[in-house]
Amino acid sequence: MTELAKKRPEFRNINAFKDLTTYRLPPAGWVSILHRVSGVIMFLLLPFILWMFDTSVSSEISFAKFKAVFNVGVGFVPGWFFKLVALALMWAYLHHFIAGLRHLWMDVSHDAVSKEFGKSSALFTLVLSIALTLVLGAKLFGLY
Amino acid sequence: MSVNYGSKRIVVGAHYGLRDWLSQRVTAALMAVFTVLVLAQLLLVKGPIGYDAWAGIFSSQWMKVITFSVIVSLAWHVWVGVRDIFMDYIKPVGVRLALQVFTIVWLVACAGWGIQVLWRL
Repeated sequence: MTELAKKRPEFRNINAFKDLTTYRLPPAGWVSILHRVSGVIMFLLLPFILWMFDTSVSSEISFAKFKAVFNVGVGFVPGWFFKLVALALMWAYLHHFIAGLRHLWMDVSHDAVSKEFGKSSALFTLVLSIALTLVLGAKLFGLY
Repeated sequence: MSVNYGSKRIVVGAHYGLRDWLSQRVTAALMAVFTVLVLAQLLLVKGPIGYDAWAGIFSSQWMKVITFSVIVSLAWHVWVGVRDIFMDYIKPVGVRLALQVFTIVWLVACAGWGIQVLWRL
């Protein structure tokens, strides 16, 4: 009884730098917050995505320009910088995609809504999205 | 009829948010199918993927119609998601309103660009 009476810490105003860093999220928590982070990344980079779609698809000339931006760069910005942005987008898409499928799966299946499945599917999401990002990123940077 | 406006307005309960939840799922499923569709067509290309193969994927009318619905779905999906994030983290009403207005303009503009690219092809 005396143990129970011990007051637990209460957070009314969370300080992003002092409190958030002390949080220890379970895998499902990481998938959840990264789902938001990846979504915001893609939302903010929408013009870049559309620029890629536009230049890559509009004509042979614009297609060549599209390739040059990633291989040579544009202005003072080197090509590898655009590849890094593309890499971030790849991860964001893969994570959002896999985590989204996990979400849909949990919406339609009661069996999927359990502590065990929540943890294992979260780890699966994190590992697969990072692994695929590494594989595609290696291709992007010409490692194979 | 009981009063359901002003200070008496019920803001929780049956069906509030169901439409957002459902539209986010349906648009997500559509985009996921589209992703697989484009990937499948890319994998069918023999040899290195040049301009012709890439642009060819989006050149047929049926693919344009599907891509168009995906662009609209994307904007709708993002609106629901970003609005959720604002509702969770942005408390001052003025700031939230400004961000929501920005989001609508941003999404409508981007959707317009995407659709223009599509039908210029």
